[in-house]
Amino acid sequence: MPNRRIRARASLRVAVLAAAVAVLGGAAPAPDKTDPLADQKAFQASFGERFPQVPFADFANGPYAVSAPMRKQWEDIMQFPPYDFALDEGKTAFETPFANGKSYADCFANKGIGVRQDFPYFDTKTGEVATLDGTINRCREANGEKPLPYQVGLMASITAYMAETSRDKPFDIKIPDDPRARAAYEDGKEYFYTRRGQLNFSCASCHVGAAGQRLRGDILAPAIGILAAFPIYRSDWGSMGTIDRRFTSCSAQMRSEPLPPQDKSYRDLEYFLSYMSNGVPISGPGTRP
Amino acid sequence: MASTIRVRAQANGTSTDVQALIQHPMDSGFVKDANGAVIPPHHIETVTFEYGGKVVLHADWGPAVSKDPYVKFSFKGGAKGDPLVVTWVDNLGKTDTVTAKIA
Repeated sequence: MPNRRIRARASLRVAVLAAAVAVLGGAAPAPDKTDPLADQKAFQASFGERFPQVPFADFANGPYAVSAPMRKQWEDIMQFPPYDFALDEGKTAFETPFANGKSYADCFANKGIGVRQDFPYFDTKTGEVATLDGTINRCREANGEKPLPYQVGLMASITAYMAETSRDKPFDIKIPDDPRARAAYEDGKEYFYTRRGQLNFSCASCHVGAAGQRLRGDILAPAIGILAAFPIYRSDWGSMGTIDRRFTSCSAQMRSEPLPPQDKSYRDLEYFLSYMSNGVPISGPGTRP
Repeated sequence: MASTIRVRAQANGTSTDVQALIQHPMDSGFVKDANGAVIPPHHIETVTFEYGGKVVLHADWGPAVSKDPYVKFSFKGGAKGDPLVVTWVDNLGKTDTVTAKIA
């Protein structure tokens, strides 16, 4: 008796499946394939509709693009940018050769000048996303130097200098025709939209859904162009910080366990966010409240 | 090593607007590091701005002033191209001075 019931249910399922295949087959189903370019267009269009008064390039300035009072304060601060000292330190470090006589310039295209907008990129050799910060440390290791800590200090200063030489160059992130690159993009996208932590927030909760609104005293920056200003001098920190510092502190603010800096998910997230911001000019180093 | 002082002074007819940024840790002496050891006090005690041999601003600072302090003020007089001397001294006796040109 039970056997027959199972068999009956199984045959019913086969019939339903066959019907579904027949319907779909007739309508030429859209393949379930990643289309980053379509995502990017939709993403940029949605922010364009939300903030029609903001010129596209101005999204590089984060909260200042969407809040006039904050912009006023920022313009006052920028008469005397607080990242000035870090910029000096970064330039000196960048131009100082390693013990073996080589320097950072040897590790980058165009000697490392004006290349920030090409990072992060998908490295087809390693099959992973390579960030600017990660590439700096790999450069150091290849030349027999110790890697730098990722969140603060010299790493922030060096990336500040490299960003400064790339100002106004639009983000130019490419997703090569490689399934691993698309997988990295998908992983970053999933990370961005996944809710986590005790507050059950996703990145998108604040930076898409509530972008431009207040979170206590702060104005939430729109997700588009949000990485263009990094590294940043954040008044709240009282010092410079890299993208990793921002990602880990965002994670902690959502009351989730932060990932280690340069974790694969963080790199994929940076890849996704930068790709979504293609066309937004580099404005780093920046200042944020 | 570049100077720890950045100055921007702008003459506008009758007075001069001055802005300065000083790189200094300004440790108050009340903070502990990651290992629980007290970070000893290290902060600027006096800052002076001199123009034409005369002190136009003298400030006594202490542990309550934040890291990398910023100061903005204006004084009567001052002409384009004149030198403005900025000096700080901290509680460890360290000092730095810079001569800026009024723009």
